[in-house]
Order: sequence, then structure tokens, then C-alpha cells
Amino acid sequence: MSIGQHHGGGVIVLSFIIALALHMLALPDWAEPLRPDWLVLVLVYWCIALPERVGVVIGWLTGLLLDVASGALLGQNALTLAIVAYLALRLHQRIRVFPLWQQSVSVMLLVALHLMLTLWIKGIIGQSIETWAYWLPALSSLLAWPLVYLTLRHLRREYRVR
Amino acid sequence: MILVFVSAALMAVDHRQNWLEDLRGGISVLVYPLQYLVNLPVSASSWIGENLSSREALLEENARLKMQHTLFKARLLKLNAIKAENLRLRELLQSSKKVGEQVLIGELLAVDLEPFTRQIVINKGSRDGAYLGQPLIEADGVMGQIVHLGPLSATAMLITDANHAIPVQLNRSGLRAIAVGTGAPDRLSIPYLPISTDIVEGDLLVSSGLGGRFPPDYPVAVVSHVEKDPTQPYAVIHAIPTAKLERSREVLLVWPAGHPRQGDAAGTDTETTAEAATP
Repeated sequence: MSIGQHHGGGVIVLSFIIALALHMLALPDWAEPLRPDWLVLVLVYWCIALPERVGVVIGWLTGLLLDVASGALLGQNALTLAIVAYLALRLHQRIRVFPLWQQSVSVMLLVALHLMLTLWIKGIIGQSIETWAYWLPALSSLLAWPLVYLTLRHLRREYRVR
Repeated sequence: MILVFVSAALMAVDHRQNWLEDLRGGISVLVYPLQYLVNLPVSASSWIGENLSSREALLEENARLKMQHTLFKARLLKLNAIKAENLRLRELLQSSKKVGEQVLIGELLAVDLEPFTRQIVINKGSRDGAYLGQPLIEADGVMGQIVHLGPLSATAMLITDANHAIPVQLNRSGLRAIAVGTGAPDRLSIPYLPISTDIVEGDLLVSSGLGGRFPPDYPVAVVSHVEKDPTQPYAVIHAIPTAKLERSREVLLVWPAGHPRQGDAAGTDTETTAEAATP
């Protein structure tokens, strides 16, 4: 394959960096449980839009970065994001044609899966979490998906990322 | 599939051993610029706030700080005498316990980590001589210890993290106990004390220095709640950390007496001997 076919990788990298920064941005205490899973959203978007460029490996690497950035167990987010990316790749043709609200719901399910896997891992190493607030990111991700989708689609068309 | 196995292996190794710390430290160099960037608006706003504050406010603050400084200096005078006396007496007793530790001021990065864990990021790393397991204190008490170390930054676990426990001692009676974090921002729990224990609300818990990780005699928490149910073998005791864990911007990295600071002596200006505060 020639270089001409791949275009605008910088936009993809930049979107991941911004997502990671949004993950780390300090929020007031009440807003912290409401933080959407930006990284999952961005990852799912690129998996749906450019399945031949962004996939499981990218998901795994960003997950590893998130692990280090957030002080989690090394490999925890890498595993869950790789699985999320895998599912998004499998379903990309279906999710692509959904209307926006159906997309949001499927993305919420993916985020919920990510949360559940994380909960299992934490349970195994003995850091159980016993509050319903743990699941709020799934809801806020549902609300944030249209924003992410429209922004990234605009960027993708503007910069002809493919 | 392969990645799933690799991550499972990574997690297992990271959980049980700590030879992955180098890898983590390496990746943390990549992440640090981002953390710095995220912190920038916060530090910029505080910088602007400092620069825009009115002259009167500054003068007032200056006067207050000067007064405090004089006060502390006077106390320090006495302290030096007491320290010398203590040393003399200890020599008489032929005991080798040393007082005084090296400290270095680190700054917190306003970065959010995993939700539901109590961890912080500070802007000092192994390049500044920090080491894994190093205790952190604050003006009012013990804060926590370093759990992940990078060259430029370090992640520290606060004493309120659910995975953290610190050996403490009751200041009043010398009773030894363990203060375990609960995951709540302002509560420690002290388990395994029989209901006959002499402990009341308002008792100060100081670090006991057992375990060799934390320097002894720093305030840790104040007992806030004691419940002695005769049908239970152990009392239910809660304590509030004395350090302002959620509010302070500066932390002190402590090199205990038995653990001298490695590497360069670049920070000689900040090196002082820290003393246990007596509230």
C-alpha cells in the first residue's frame, strides 16, 4: 500500500491525545463520576469510521497509556479497550448505518462492557467498588457520543482522513 | 487474542511483583507532558490570582506570614536546645535513635486518576532522589506514600485509599494500632482493637514508625468516632486524617533518617530537618 492511501494520521493521534487529556482533567468532586469515557468514545469512533486503520492494537496501546496515566494496574485498561475495539470492529458495519440515537445506545453498551470488565479485574485483585455511581460514565458517554461523533466526523471530512 | 494474554500476564505480574515499575516509569515520561499540560490552566489561574491580588491583601498576608515566621522561629530556638538535650540524654542511654529527616517540597499536579482510588501525582521523580515507598507528609500530617515512580513524576497513594494501611500509635497512651484507609476522602478505620481499649474521641494518632516505612511521631489522624458494642469482640473506630488530603497543593517528600537521599545535592536549599508538629 502506498502512503497516499493513508492520510491524516495526525488527526487520529491528536484526537487520542485530547481524549487522554480530558480523562486527566481535574473536575470538581461532584462531576467526577459523571466524566464520560472519552477514550472509549474516540476509539469506538475511529474503529467504526476507519476499521482498516484503527483497531485492536491501537486500542491496546492507548489503554496501556491510560493505565500509566491513571495509576491503574498495568494492562487493565489495555485489556478492556482491546476488547471494546474488537467488538466495535466486528459491529462497525452495523453501527455505522444506525441513526445517531441508536449509535449512542450501542456505544453506551460498549462503555458499560468496559466498566464491567474493569469491575471484574478490580474485584479479582481485591479493590471492589460498591457504589452505583460507578456506572454513571456509561450514561454520560451516551450523552457525549453525538458530540464526539459529529466533531470527529467533521474533522475526518475536513482533513480527509482515510 | 494474543493481546488479551499479554495484558492478563501484565496485570498478574504488575499485581504480584514490582519489576514492571521500570516499564511503567518509562511510559510515564510519555504521559508526563500531557499531565503537565492538563495542570497548566490550574497553575496559571493560581498564578494570575496571585498576581492580581490587591496590594492591601498582599501586605496583610505578608504581615501575617512574618508574624507566623517569628513565632515558629522562636519555637525552633527552643526546639534546637531540646533536640541537643535529647541527643545528650540518648547518648547517656546509649540509644541510637536519630531525630530529623531530610525533606523536599513537591507540588501536586491537578490531574484526576482512576475514580474511586485515592491517588495523586506529584512533580518529583527518581531524578530528584525520590524512591518507591517514600513517605509524603504535609504541614498538618502524613499524606501517603509513593507507589509508582517515574523519572520526572511519581504517583502516590493517600492514606485514605482502601488499599493503604499505616502503623500508628495513640499519642496519649502509646497504644499501637493500624489505621486502614476506607476509600472515603476523610475517614480512616482502626480495626482489631478490643472493646476494652482505652481510646476516646479526640485522641491523636501519630505514626509509630514500625514497619520502617513512615518516620515516627508525625500526626496521622484524630479519632472521630468510637463505638463499643459489648456483643462484638472489636470496637468500631473511625478517625479523620489531620492532613488536608484533598486541599493541599504542596507536599513534603521525606527521607527518613535510615534512608539518606541518593544522588545530587541540588536541593540543598530546600533541605531542612523536619520535626513532628505538636498541635
